[in-house]
Amino acid sequence: MHRTWAIVERELRRFKRSPMLIIMSMIFPIVQLVVLGYAFGGNVKHLKVAIVDQDRGLPAVRIRELAAAAASGTKTIDAIDYADQGAAIADLRNGVVNGVLTIPPGFSRRVLQQNAPKVALIEDNTDNFVSVALAATIDSMVGAYNAPAAAPRVPARATLDVVEVYPYVPYVQYLLPGSICMSIFMMVMIGGGIIFIDDKARGLHEGYLVTPITKLELIAGFNLSGTIKAVLAGIVLMTLGSVIAGIPDAFDPARLLRLLVVIVATSFALISFMFLLMVRVTDPLTPRATFGLLNTLLYFPSGAVYPQQGFPGWMRVIAAVDPFTYSVHAFKSLLLKNTGVAAIAADLWYLAIFSLVTMTAATLLFRRSL
Amino acid sequence: MSAIDVRQIVKRFGDFTAVKGISFAVEEGEIFGLLGPNGAGKSTLIRMMTTLLPPTSGTAVIHGHDIVTDPDRVRRSIGVIPQAMTSDLELSVEENLLIFAKLYGVSRERRRALIAELLEAVELTAWADKQVKNLSGGMRRRVEIARGLVHEPRIFFLDEPTTGLDPVSRVAVWEMLRAIKRQRELTVLITTHYMDEADKLCDRIAIVDHGELKALDSPLKLKASIPGTNTLEVSFGGAPPGWGRALERLPGVERIVEHDHVFRISSDNGPASASALMELSARAGVDVQSLSIQSTTLDDVFVHYAGRALRDALQEAPATDFTFMRNR
Repeated sequence: MHRTWAIVERELRRFKRSPMLIIMSMIFPIVQLVVLGYAFGGNVKHLKVAIVDQDRGLPAVRIRELAAAAASGTKTIDAIDYADQGAAIADLRNGVVNGVLTIPPGFSRRVLQQNAPKVALIEDNTDNFVSVALAATIDSMVGAYNAPAAAPRVPARATLDVVEVYPYVPYVQYLLPGSICMSIFMMVMIGGGIIFIDDKARGLHEGYLVTPITKLELIAGFNLSGTIKAVLAGIVLMTLGSVIAGIPDAFDPARLLRLLVVIVATSFALISFMFLLMVRVTDPLTPRATFGLLNTLLYFPSGAVYPQQGFPGWMRVIAAVDPFTYSVHAFKSLLLKNTGVAAIAADLWYLAIFSLVTMTAATLLFRRSL
Repeated sequence: MSAIDVRQIVKRFGDFTAVKGISFAVEEGEIFGLLGPNGAGKSTLIRMMTTLLPPTSGTAVIHGHDIVTDPDRVRRSIGVIPQAMTSDLELSVEENLLIFAKLYGVSRERRRALIAELLEAVELTAWADKQVKNLSGGMRRRVEIARGLVHEPRIFFLDEPTTGLDPVSRVAVWEMLRAIKRQRELTVLITTHYMDEADKLCDRIAIVDHGELKALDSPLKLKASIPGTNTLEVSFGGAPPGWGRALERLPGVERIVEHDHVFRISSDNGPASASALMELSARAGVDVQSLSIQSTTLDDVFVHYAGRALRDALQEAPATDFTFMRNR
């Protein structure tokens, strides 16, 4: 065992003297958290809507007033009056406006006759987020138009009351679990995989292999040191990320302890996985070349940025085996819901079994000779 | 009992046989050299002896322990300096030694004293706290020599220890090795492709080429074993056909090898052969472009046993050990 600790001591002494390694493995997840968190988190605003009023009656004026109210209130849309439908459509196609709200001739008459009055929204649907937000805004405008002037004291129709269990979760908080996993993964790749292969290519492993160290001691040393480095990365990002994202009561000791358990389990799972991938690799370019691929394959299917329920079948298969999935789920449970151990037990079991399987395979593949 | 006893050792990489049944023994206290060009099989041989590569057949007994059946005991009794510089650049000189002392299980009490002794021996005491990346190539090699001795081995293997060093550093490493070998009663096995290194440092030399042992003896005896006491190296402008046969008839000439229009002439009387050669060339109207006379060197020994000059073999051979690389 003392030989295992010698490997760990060596790795950690080197790690301490490589501040760039620490900075590089932290910067990317933090930048990603801040940029993606605030880029995707906000509501869509100031969508330009051309209003073409071909009716000019009082009900049409009411529609235009509601559009002006939406423009000045929630600012989701900017209403622009157009006299000519053709010009409005041309501007829609040229990207000058995001949608055209047409109030057709006879709209007022149909309203008065209660004969299926309609307004039309012609929208640029190349941007899904924009078209969904625009349709929802106009739909709520039409809903407001249809609402009776005085609501009955007891509603006659069934309504839905939504009760939110947790406080509002901004997108930056939603992203934080994935960012913690990412920081652990970055350290595993840079501080584990790349250094492991670089050392092998430089012949450093020859130095180990001529000592009486056993195969198990050597593997344990590499993995323990890699896990310690990854845990440190995870702790730093969890702390900084919680402050940046504004996690409520972020430093509750009981939650911190549970988070630490998940960080350790994730670190060990990822270092075991990396070791399995790199155990027979000798070319220093390989870990660098696979870095981006692994990042994409592990991070995006995990549900870190988008709910897995929206994935196609084949991606759900990847998500099901992806250790990030379970780690992200556990971090979400703890950071966003402050759950107990029961909510993350299945995740911890998966990470433990994943570690055991990958580490056993890596150990079997490891050669104690050149 | 020999310190190292190599018995019919063979190493194959697929269809390629890197080491073809080599046997030799190294006595305790010797500095033994494996001399040959890159790709000759030296590094493969040393990697098998140090348990880094399993032999295809045959074996070696190192300090009484078999490399195939008892590799762990072999590792405990040997110190190894691989060909590549393998010190941790980010760690200090002392830390490099400390980590390896721990890997070898040297006790805490012995560690401190031993590291101090070794740093003194390789003249790096003043650099103990410096990171290895700040040291010159020669100093890094000295760190590795100290590191290889940190568990007080009886047998020390060095794979091309001076490759890449400047001449002054090379001589410094030789002197250090001699002194350490004396102080610690070591048996040393080195591989080298430097003839002067083998000549000046080694008690005995094994000449290895194409995976075969071509000759084995002390440098003096090896030089005495080949014809001639001098070698003339001469190149001609416009040598006519059959010129080589004409040169063979010169006085004192024992053997001629031509390579790339350069004639290497072994002679038991160099000055007489040179004088006759100049007269012959003048008579035949052949221009002598260059002529040098030298005493027999290990290169001549290599030519005699391997059929080509070591320096030519070095140029022909790949710079890296491909037999090793492709099987890593």
